[in-house]
Amino acid sequence: MSTTAQPGPVSIPAPRSSQRAGQRSNFELYSWLFMRISGVVLVFLVLGHLLIMNVLDGGVQRINFAFVAGRWSSPFWQVWDLMMLWLAMLHGTNGMRTIINDYAERDQTRFWLKMLLYVAAGFTILLGTLVIFTFDPNIG
Amino acid sequence: MTATAEAPVAAPVAADVTFRIRRFQPEIDAEPHWEEYTVPLYPTDRVLTALEKIKGEIDGTLTFRRSCGHGICGSDAMRINGRNRLACKTLVKDLDIRKPITVEAIKGLPLEKDLVVDMEPFFDAYRAVLPFLIPDGHEPSRERLQSAEDRARFDDGTKCILCACCTTSCPVYWTDGQYFGPAAIVAANRFIFDSRDAGAEQRLEILNEKEGVWRCRTTFNCTDACPRGIEVTKAIQEVKRALIFRKV
Repeated sequence: MSTTAQPGPVSIPAPRSSQRAGQRSNFELYSWLFMRISGVVLVFLVLGHLLIMNVLDGGVQRINFAFVAGRWSSPFWQVWDLMMLWLAMLHGTNGMRTIINDYAERDQTRFWLKMLLYVAAGFTILLGTLVIFTFDPNIG
Repeated sequence: MTATAEAPVAAPVAADVTFRIRRFQPEIDAEPHWEEYTVPLYPTDRVLTALEKIKGEIDGTLTFRRSCGHGICGSDAMRINGRNRLACKTLVKDLDIRKPITVEAIKGLPLEKDLVVDMEPFFDAYRAVLPFLIPDGHEPSRERLQSAEDRARFDDGTKCILCACCTTSCPVYWTDGQYFGPAAIVAANRFIFDSRDAGAEQRLEILNEKEGVWRCRTTFNCTDACPRGIEVTKAIQEVKRALIFRKV
């Protein structure tokens, strides 16, 4: 086959560059592992949460401000909710990061979508953590 | 069974089969387009036979790759009815001929003409995983012996014919041209688990990169597509496991 450039309105996408980033890091390995472990832990945390909140002891009807205040006075439920928040947010963010990496075609788009994702995730995690630790049952 | 008069063998009947082929001729076409061709074929004919008939009898400009025609050279990988297969291993009787059979080039590699794609990015990824024996120590004075069990460990990967059916069926490869792709990982697996090879560490390090095995989503498209029946997704998982238990 001739290797000269073809005339005409053809646009053949350039093959990917043969040089690969030389950075050595285990980040992708750990994020892959984190997805598996956090997924398994979340199954128990979330199903337990749904069972306690919606099924046991009168279910969803009994949830009010006092109920939430009572739960968060116990370090056990604080840790439960905190773990659920952090694991779910990081699990979801990592999943979204993967999807953006897969489907954003331009580097700029990819960068800004990921920035938006990280800011949103960081904000939610911080706000949630703040509420769990500084919740004041005497408010209002 | 006693010898009786042989049952008469029905002569095979040729039927008209319509093919919808995605054509692209860079000298004339700005965009690829579909064209239909109808050829008489026997149920035992291959899709490759149909393409040769079309090229020989209807339209000589139809371009496709073929070499051995017997499923071992890996030249004629194409998307037939939406699935990656070898045209020489796909028989007409296994397809639904009541509708036109669609034939197009494999996806994810730059289209050059009709059913021909630029395979260079595919081979770039293949070369990047060092697909050759990396020996240890001095050159041996006799054969490198290996037990049957050690040979069986990587047997699956040795069946690969580099047709690119798996890599070009992978949705991650379609959207991210930097991903190594299943075929390169199978090639790496074949040497990583070879008892005579000493380059496993190097190859694992390469596949641990951002565009390495961790991009695999286990959609099993590659395993479904492989005309050689290689358990491609399993081979990728084995590399992931090797990375995890070496590092963690």
